[in-house]
Amino acid sequence: MSEKIKFTIDGKQCLAKKGQNVLDAALENGVYIPFLCHVKGVKQAGSCRICNVKVAGRTMTACTTPVAPGMEVENDIPELHDLRLAIIEALFVEGNHFCPSCEKSGNCELQALAYRYQMMVPRFPYSFPQKEIDASNSKILIDRNRCVLCKRCIRSFQDDQGRNLFAFKSRGHKVEINIDKECAVNLSDELAQEIMDVCPVGALIRKEKGFNEPIGTRKYDKKPIGSEITSVV
Amino acid sequence: MSKPIVATTSLAGCFGCHMSLLDIDERILELFQLVEFNKSPIDDIKTFTKQCDIGLIEGGCCNSENIHVLKDFRKNCKIIVSVGECAIMGGLPALRNGIPVKECLAEAYLDGPTVGNNTEGILPNNEELPMILDRVYPCHEVVKVDYHLPGCPPRADLIWEALVALVTGNELKLPYEVVKFD
Ligand code: SF4
Ligand code: SF4
Repeated sequence: MSEKIKFTIDGKQCLAKKGQNVLDAALENGVYIPFLCHVKGVKQAGSCRICNVKVAGRTMTACTTPVAPGMEVENDIPELHDLRLAIIEALFVEGNHFCPSCEKSGNCELQALAYRYQMMVPRFPYSFPQKEIDASNSKILIDRNRCVLCKRCIRSFQDDQGRNLFAFKSRGHKVEINIDKECAVNLSDELAQEIMDVCPVGALIRKEKGFNEPIGTRKYDKKPIGSEITSVV
Repeated sequence: MSKPIVATTSLAGCFGCHMSLLDIDERILELFQLVEFNKSPIDDIKTFTKQCDIGLIEGGCCNSENIHVLKDFRKNCKIIVSVGECAIMGGLPALRNGIPVKECLAEAYLDGPTVGNNTEGILPNNEELPMILDRVYPCHEVVKVDYHLPGCPPRADLIWEALVALVTGNELKLPYEVVKFD
């Protein structure tokens, strides 16, 4: 093995591989930095900005920042706590998140972050945007009301010719996630499940299989997101 | 010392939050030791007969009557608490937000699959009836709301702990399991 880079997160000594980003390195060192758009092993997007950390007084996304020797990362500080909560709240008011009727509820990473950061009510006004649902695919339902535009699906799924199964259409506040109707024809049940699992929220829903886990047994009913890495402080 | 006075109401809600309040089981006896109820479906007092300390609001505002009741609560209660998703963000009734009221009424009274013999195509339009608002409003967008208890409904334990904390002035402990949005 090549030699490891030494750095610290909130004063804790950590080791990173050469070229590794702060987020992956933190998780490997048992430090939880919250994130939404990151998927392990997939090219980073730096789009959700929940993994914001501070290095030398500057705020930067941990997923797109390579570890440098001697780097001093600040993670668990009140300022970042509030910044992250503000982003979570913004995501809630920017879409239409009716958790009580959402198939992903209990397993949703956005909701789980809101639980971890104890969001009681967003500080921003609800925008109730109008979004279209696309139920044309035989295996996957797209509910854009819940999409947080994290690009996880775009970055994660290609067909055997390397073509993306998902893509954004339009720009700015009109941007919306779409499925490639030709590439995504005949999806297997396994792939449909994988797609649903990669989406952090309930925007990509596997058809004909909802609400099959009782309340109390779902992923984030009892344990906060990230608690498998570090306990909530 | 007189007991703190609690008032409750259900605006555009399903009464689930009130049911959840009743779900505190035998602690309801303790609750009646702790507080006195005023205007509330629990004791069926229809109008405020005195100034209250705590107003628990279930449901958001979908019509003019809801706005009227909510403002009345704000006037008559020192502390207003939004209880449940509907009060906090409109909840399921707010699924109609974004759909023009005209279309909603047509679906409900003219074109919907369960519409019976409305052959004359009448939309309810009596002045006795509250006016439907253009969309469903979260309570804190209508009046100042002091506290929010999420959940659909909020867990009985959350409502209980919050009430006890408000009444006794003790700090509210929020275990992870009690704050949920569904
Ligand atoms: S996607 Fe998540 S946050 Fe949005 S409604 Fe579903 S469970 Fe709630
Ligand atoms: S559909 Fe899901 S995975 Fe794709 S961009 Fe939206 S939230 Fe992210």
